[in-house]
Amino acid sequence: MGDQVKARVMDAEAIDRALVRIAHEILERNKGAEELVLIGIRTRGLPLAQRLGEQLTRIETYPVPVGAVDITLYRDDLKQRRSRPVHPTDIPCRLDGKHVVLVDDVLYTGRSIRAAMDALVDFGRPRTIQLAVLIDRGHRELPIRADYIGKNLPTARSEQVSVRLDEVDGENTVIILGGMDADTC
Amino acid sequence: MLIHASPHEVHEIDHVEDTIDFRGRDLLGMEDFTAAEIAAILDTVASFKEISERDIKKVPTLRGKTVINLFFEPSTRTRTSFEIAGKRLSADVINISVSNSSMSKGESLRDTADNLAAMRTDALIVRHKSAGVPHMLARYLPSPVINAGDGAHEHPTQALLDLYTIREKLGTLAGRRALIVGDIASSRVARSNIIAMRKMGMQVSVCAPLTMLPVGIEKWGVDYTSDFDAALQDVDVVMMLRIQRERHGDVLFPSLQEYSSRYCLTSARMRRAKSEVLVMHPGPMNRGVEIAPEVADGLESVILQQVTNGVALRMAVLYLIIGGV
Repeated sequence: MGDQVKARVMDAEAIDRALVRIAHEILERNKGAEELVLIGIRTRGLPLAQRLGEQLTRIETYPVPVGAVDITLYRDDLKQRRSRPVHPTDIPCRLDGKHVVLVDDVLYTGRSIRAAMDALVDFGRPRTIQLAVLIDRGHRELPIRADYIGKNLPTARSEQVSVRLDEVDGENTVIILGGMDADTC
Repeated sequence: MLIHASPHEVHEIDHVEDTIDFRGRDLLGMEDFTAAEIAAILDTVASFKEISERDIKKVPTLRGKTVINLFFEPSTRTRTSFEIAGKRLSADVINISVSNSSMSKGESLRDTADNLAAMRTDALIVRHKSAGVPHMLARYLPSPVINAGDGAHEHPTQALLDLYTIREKLGTLAGRRALIVGDIASSRVARSNIIAMRKMGMQVSVCAPLTMLPVGIEKWGVDYTSDFDAALQDVDVVMMLRIQRERHGDVLFPSLQEYSSRYCLTSARMRRAKSEVLVMHPGPMNRGVEIAPEVADGLESVILQQVTNGVALRMAVLYLIIGGV
């Protein structure tokens, strides 16, 4: 990208602590994890969902199913992009009657979440769909909000938030990359 | 609209696979595609296979796109496969077969193409008994053309689905040995497969009566043998072909019995093959002529998996070519 790193907003410990807190919030709100399914949005939502799943399994002592959804085929911006690689969607069980927690790294315009919800309803009728994100950076373009948030991060549109996870990028950190005209809010 | 990659582009493609862009391209033959491009198409298939296993076998990707299936030759498998592929991607798929098209009233190919273009269709899938018809239509149509079989020339989506099936079962293509048996000269499946397999680093042999070998086979880069039993021993894939009697009548061999005795894949012959050999057939099969029923239905047969993969491969191709255009 060539953009400069303006700030390092989370390190590995901060990410871990946020995920542990979110795991407890999920259990509190759903009164346990019996009917819970975690679905990570590819690419970086998947390792976050897996980490949350490990936390939930550790706390509740039984395994919580974790799956992945690839939203490429549901995007509303295919036109603006080159033919993108499509990765498999892997839903581990039937979703009818389940509490599904969608997991993503950054909540921004809300369009990825819209696409992911369209994909999920093709797999059944969940009792609820909830949303967990590591970073909420604002600038929504659709009426979508997160139920569980690791960190609220006010940003300018010209900035980029980059969540880097060990499973994908070989490190655990969240950084803000500067844009050309940083009108920080 | 034929796009031939220049050597410079090929160099770039080798290094950054994600930058291969198929949007708007025609799929006329395996000759037009590099090994890196073929690999990129195959890499896309698995994700589409999963869609066909869902309760709701449909994604919205090609909503609002119109795909025309224009078949001048009878076809059940390929036409249905393309139709299902388009519909599972939410495209509107229109089937035109020759018996009810204006072509039977004397309209020229050129006019048919112009009329389809005037209706703002997004992709044309075409099968014709003459080689080159899809290429000609591609020159007249602004939207992409996919060749679903032109005479004895090419059938690229069949070769791609065969390669995908081989790679899915064996893990790799490079260095694998394939044996293609039967009516090679009449077979666009054989021609597309030989081109594509060789690009992917496979070794290909053909086995057939001399009368069923195409002129110039020595330039195709394949080994020839008439000894089926010996050729079977060290191959990873054996692909059986139907005798295309509608193209040449019965003049190429003395009798079906004699043909079968030498070129039918029987369970007795299968005992000479490797235990993990893949038995393939593009269909339609003539059981008892080129393949024995117990082999077609046997453990080594991946014939129905070819059909399943065909839908996913054609979904991938439609997505890559007209997705987001």
